[in-house]
Amino acid sequence: MDIYEFLITPAEATKLHGPHDRIVMSSRVRLARNLKDAAYPGWAKKPERIKVLETIRPAVESLPEMKDAFSEAMDNLGALDKQILVERHLISREHAAKSSGSGLVLNREETFCVMINEEDHLRMQALRPGLQLRQAWSAIDAFDSALEKKLDYAFSNELGYLTACPTNLGTGIRVSAMLHLPGLVLAEQINPIIQSVNKLGLAVRGLYGEGTEALGNVFQVSNQMTLGENEITIVERLDKVLLQIIEHEENARQTLLEKKPKTVFNHIGRAYGVLANAHSISSKETMNLLSLMRLGVDLGLFPEVDRSLVDELFITTQPAHLQKQFSDKLSAEERDLLRSDMVRDRLKNVSRPSVKPPKTGN
Amino acid sequence: MQCSICKEKTATVFLTHIENDKMHKVNLCEDCAKNKGVDNPTTFSLADADLLLGLGAAQEITQTTGGVDLKCPRCGFSQADFKKSGRLGCPECYQVFAEGLEGLLKTMHKGTRHVGKSPEALRQSRDNAERLKSLQKKLAKAVEAEDFEQAAKVRDELKQLNDGLPSPAKVT
Repeated sequence: MDIYEFLITPAEATKLHGPHDRIVMSSRVRLARNLKDAAYPGWAKKPERIKVLETIRPAVESLPEMKDAFSEAMDNLGALDKQILVERHLISREHAAKSSGSGLVLNREETFCVMINEEDHLRMQALRPGLQLRQAWSAIDAFDSALEKKLDYAFSNELGYLTACPTNLGTGIRVSAMLHLPGLVLAEQINPIIQSVNKLGLAVRGLYGEGTEALGNVFQVSNQMTLGENEITIVERLDKVLLQIIEHEENARQTLLEKKPKTVFNHIGRAYGVLANAHSISSKETMNLLSLMRLGVDLGLFPEVDRSLVDELFITTQPAHLQKQFSDKLSAEERDLLRSDMVRDRLKNVSRPSVKPPKTGN
Repeated sequence: MQCSICKEKTATVFLTHIENDKMHKVNLCEDCAKNKGVDNPTTFSLADADLLLGLGAAQEITQTTGGVDLKCPRCGFSQADFKKSGRLGCPECYQVFAEGLEGLLKTMHKGTRHVGKSPEALRQSRDNAERLKSLQKKLAKAVEAEDFEQAAKVRDELKQLNDGLPSPAKVT
């Protein structure tokens, strides 16, 4: 089956809502698990990896949550399909690079996604829109409990779930949320925030995870430590920190509007101007400008625009999505032309940002 | 000198950190230093440096094994391999390299003992193992005290527990 056909359309995907989704785009809890009697994927030879895949895949498929799931070996997916999955944040870039002996099982609703033979034998994730870490944790906890009855996990009383990398040892849990923080970036408060979040033992990463830049002012915040603390403690700490970041972001937006309205209107107006009129635009520039437009929507500068319009463009203008809609034989320059056509077309009925008259006395 | 993180720009920030009598050196360019918050030493911990560079792990293991190249008998993974990848070969490796990993785990995590979820089957067998131990102790005490009524009772309980187990309760 074609993965693009299977996936929720970008338009539908942007209509999914959750708490605080003005700032928190999505929540995710991932568990790393391994089989007791097999080498980790990075060290195992191909026949062993295939054997592991053949053991795990049917077990995952048999869970009721995975009814009608998309299940495929990675070598049956084309480069473009894999890139689409990365752009939708369903698989890691590392997993996209895998082929023979690795697999993917994704349910219809895109709330459960399992990577088989990524860095560990099993990387199972529960995904939710908005800020829903507890819900994501209880979903993946139940999923894991059902799966452990069918598979023989590597576990030690001392060290917990044994993982390929010692950084995931113990609970094997990675709790994360994707945040849109244009206010903190514009107010130049993002670095101190990142540093204080780091001090709490949490990691802040870019749009596509480890080692990527924060394109479109999107940041991923996640726990780093997995050993010596139980899952719920980790989930709750992250939840608390995220609520604080949300508050800082809202404050930053408010302060910017009060103290530097011209700066804010200038950024948003220019973003609109370029997006609505450009005839060639890169993916990176598009994302950064769409982020400012999204901020404009949040601040009420585009009263007739729904945030989902911006969010949809955020997905559809990324390179693999663009190629899927047109042709995979496009050069980067051709993509830039097509991308600008698409964005101009979607914004043709959007009026210029309406700037409220400044308050009297200013 | 090259920056240890981006491996592109020239290093201008030289960080020396002493912890547990061990000296660690990290060389960074200005941009990476700023990114990682090293320009303000109070916010930068050694754990960050270790995670950044993935070096600490390998060094730690080499030091504790006195340079002998340990190999996992189950999968053939060696500490040289760990130095290269920062990942282990198979679940068994954790026992083989246990000594060297201890220090590393301390810098990486909140603790060195697992707290949290464990597989249900194991949870049960662990509970049973604990019960077995306590019953055996109770039995020995009863025998010593020549309280044969109590001893018989405990022996019955023990028998019941053993019958209920599919195989001898063994905890790994």
